[in-house]
Amino acid sequence: MIKIFNVAYKNLLRKKARSGLTIIGIALAAWVLVSLLGFNKGYESSLNRDIDNLGFQMIVTAKGCPYEAATLMLKGGTGLRYMPQSITEQISKEPEVEGVTAMLMQAVFDPNKGESGGYSAYLGVDPATFPQMKSFLEFKQGSWFTNSEAMEAVLGYEAAELEQREVGDLLLITEKNVEVKVVGILKRTGTQDDGTIFLPLKAVQKIFGIKDELTGIGIKVKKDANIAQFEEKMYKLPDVQVVSLAQVKQTIMTLVSTAKVMVFSIALIAILISVVGVINTILMSVMERLQEIGILKAMGATAWDIFKLIWIETLILCISGGIIGAALAMATAKLTEVLIRQLLPYAPSGGLVQINLPLVILTFGVVILIGLLSGVYPSWKAGRVRPLEAIRSQVE
Amino acid sequence: MKENGQKVLEADHLVKIYRRGSEEIAAVDDVSLSVKEGEFVAFVGPSGSGKTTLINILGCLDNPSSGRLALAGRTVVDHGEALSEATLTKIRREIFGYIFQKFYLIPTLTVIENVMLPFTFYKKPGAENEVERILKVMGIDHRKEHLPGQISGGEMQRVAIARALVNRPSIILADEPTGNLDTRRSQEIGDLLKGLNQKEGLTIILVTHNPALAKMADRIIELRDGKIYDPAQG
Repeated sequence: MIKIFNVAYKNLLRKKARSGLTIIGIALAAWVLVSLLGFNKGYESSLNRDIDNLGFQMIVTAKGCPYEAATLMLKGGTGLRYMPQSITEQISKEPEVEGVTAMLMQAVFDPNKGESGGYSAYLGVDPATFPQMKSFLEFKQGSWFTNSEAMEAVLGYEAAELEQREVGDLLLITEKNVEVKVVGILKRTGTQDDGTIFLPLKAVQKIFGIKDELTGIGIKVKKDANIAQFEEKMYKLPDVQVVSLAQVKQTIMTLVSTAKVMVFSIALIAILISVVGVINTILMSVMERLQEIGILKAMGATAWDIFKLIWIETLILCISGGIIGAALAMATAKLTEVLIRQLLPYAPSGGLVQINLPLVILTFGVVILIGLLSGVYPSWKAGRVRPLEAIRSQVE
Repeated sequence: MKENGQKVLEADHLVKIYRRGSEEIAAVDDVSLSVKEGEFVAFVGPSGSGKTTLINILGCLDNPSSGRLALAGRTVVDHGEALSEATLTKIRREIFGYIFQKFYLIPTLTVIENVMLPFTFYKKPGAENEVERILKVMGIDHRKEHLPGQISGGEMQRVAIARALVNRPSIILADEPTGNLDTRRSQEIGDLLKGLNQKEGLTIILVTHNPALAKMADRIIELRDGKIYDPAQG
């Protein structure tokens, strides 16, 4: 026997272009929805991972714009401010502190990098404390520096690929015309560390002629310490500012929320358009088939039978659109990520758009709900048609 | 026609009034008639004489303004008040098979799927065998996998008739079943209906402008201005 689903499906085949366009409309809405939810999830987890992988919960930088400091801390960059190295000792004496690590970031423009040149980030780190704080870093080749003043470099995974260097090779710091020896290459971490070139702090100070100055100090706070109280204490230090990672996260999330609201609005509009599109398609289809619906009722179909038939047609459109939209979202996740990165003031490393099964199921739920709601009016209208009125509708 | 067959349909003083502004038009005006089981009745008359309105009322597709209608002894309309829509749906499903001038086949369903369509909405034991049997009776079993667009008008009407027959109705209501067909195909459909009446014992109530088709009926009822016209009375 022919099932009601087959009848509904074959009805949709009558106007292939119209059904197809409606499905595309729903697919686009589903695509935006999946991508958006995926972004919502991916961004936060990538940001958390980036922050966790810093290895410290607080950073002290020279006084300046806190947003700049937050960005520099996570992303690296130029236009740095300096503070005296002596602050390191001062901070390490605080009882709340478990450990501190001094850092000096320098960026050099390399005209041979990429097509039109680019910056190489050199991060001077203290070989005695930095590896301890970042104990999760693993080496693909080699190891950390042989001593605290060695003219040696440890390359992040991507930096090594970009510079095409292996352990034992020499690396030229272009602007300074100084060569350092590559002693280690890190495994991929999915963070900014992948693009960083690490050198001993003293070596960076020597190469760039910066004496006893730093760009940042990472602080690892004891587990039972009162962070708020400690922060207050740090604020009292002259010419420095303290940025806690909770603050950084909050700052970034605030910056991103504007972009999120915009994208959510677009998704909402896309969903509304697709709902109207579905209602329009099904309603037109019902009106065109009014006589047939009358015949079906004359054959003994009840109002509920007709309601079901039309509702199934709506659901087929919506589910097809949902499947295509979800597939599209998965296939274009990378592209979406590139577009989002251009929109946002700061984007963490790693996957920004994370699409997983629960998310796809959730989207399907939303799409089916759209289908059920959009189908109610046309289905109800078709179901309550009186057979004779329907049969006569175009005859007379 | 079965001699002394039982009355399957009885209409008493049926009236159907349409209002157009302040004007009242009686499309069916005090019609009383009865149809016996296995009878072949043809309604004829000029356009606007109320044939289609009457057959729609007899087939429970429309309600009369007043009068009584009984099917197999059961009153379905009394004083213009019909039974509930759900009950009428059941009656349409169990008693009637409808054939229209237009075939109303679903173009994306094959011939056999179109004929099976009523069983999409309700189950009947042995339905598949019945569909196959009727396709054979209609002489379209070789076309069962074709789409309506791939068959002729006469074949399409056969499919529509087959669809009207699959639920084994006791009464076939046919409104201008040959209206869209040429003379030869009209004759074929007429023969087919006559065959169903004689071999399967189906009661057939027909509306037609086609005199050749009307002549096949056991009884011809002429309508004029909504009333049954009796030539003897003028």
